[in-house]
Amino acid sequence: MKEENGLGKKNSVLTLLLLLAGAGLLFAGLLTGQERDVLLKAVRVCLECIGVG
Amino acid sequence: MYCSRRSGSVWSASVSGEKRRSWIQFSALLIQNANFRGFFSGKIYQGKLKQVCVPGINCYSCPGAVGACPIGSLQTFLASRPVKLPYYVLGFLILFGTILGRAVCGFLCPFGFIQELIHRIPLPKKKIGAFPGDKALRKLKYGVLLVLVIFLPLVMDYTPAFCKYLCPAGTLEGGVPLVLLQGGKLNFPIGSLFYTKLAILILLIVLSLFLFRPFCKYLCPLGAIYSLFNRVSLYRMRPEAEKCTHCGACAAVCPMQVDPSVSPNHVECIRCGKCTAACPAGALHLGFSAKNKKEQFPPV
Repeated sequence: MKEENGLGKKNSVLTLLLLLAGAGLLFAGLLTGQERDVLLKAVRVCLECIGVG
Repeated sequence: MYCSRRSGSVWSASVSGEKRRSWIQFSALLIQNANFRGFFSGKIYQGKLKQVCVPGINCYSCPGAVGACPIGSLQTFLASRPVKLPYYVLGFLILFGTILGRAVCGFLCPFGFIQELIHRIPLPKKKIGAFPGDKALRKLKYGVLLVLVIFLPLVMDYTPAFCKYLCPAGTLEGGVPLVLLQGGKLNFPIGSLFYTKLAILILLIVLSLFLFRPFCKYLCPLGAIYSLFNRVSLYRMRPEAEKCTHCGACAAVCPMQVDPSVSPNHVECIRCGKCTAACPAGALHLGFSAKNKKEQFPPV
């Protein structure tokens, strides 16, 4: 059985990189005001979501 | 072997683990839909919390929703003109995925919980596990992600295709309550699209009676995203190779038809913990850990 089941060294590095990438993207989104775009969409009834749009 | 072991402490551990998970799922459902007034007024929450993406599938047009659905938000950016790269939503998805992987599905997703509740309804006929074509159908969710969530919103202006044509959570949590509560006050007529989506929802509800989480297994684009993180997520399965006897107890109880003794961090594992409770040797552990102990199972 060759599958690596644990969080090996390679995976640990990848996990760390992903955490940094996730935080970086979130920060970049906040810097460009994307949270406002999400808010504007979320506070109005999404007609497509409810199946009438 | 595992049948006889499902008594005494192992069974109790399984029951208490399941209860604990159910309570977490129920709490997550309540927290993500804490705008209780909305269920009476028929109006959705419009506060600032809605700029935060929730981890699971929870329609932001649900009268109770206090957060934003990550799949809906992702499509909003891709369907806008000019197209905006969705850094903010991707940041949430990568963080949730890297920390929890598909534990989000098993613990935090309200629509997954609803399907599980339906599946618990006892039936005279036996529930269905794996069936011919099951493995191929599991890949469908990646197609849904690529086509309905990414491709169609990119080529069709202002059309969140997954929400519009498929999402049963939107119909159940947003469409049905709003149509019932607002009725004639809705400015748009209820037409064939609503009834088509309602038919999809009813089909999935009926399927949930027989199959465990059919939407999660075959269609959910969010599950498809989180599945990519299962092998690197911080919350993960840690098997103890030397304890495993390859009795098959873990695979037999897995509702997602995964064999944890072969692939403990499989893309389909939603970390429900049934296998850890069923293992008579105590060889499987779920939790946060970056340790790289001797975790490979020996050959059978």
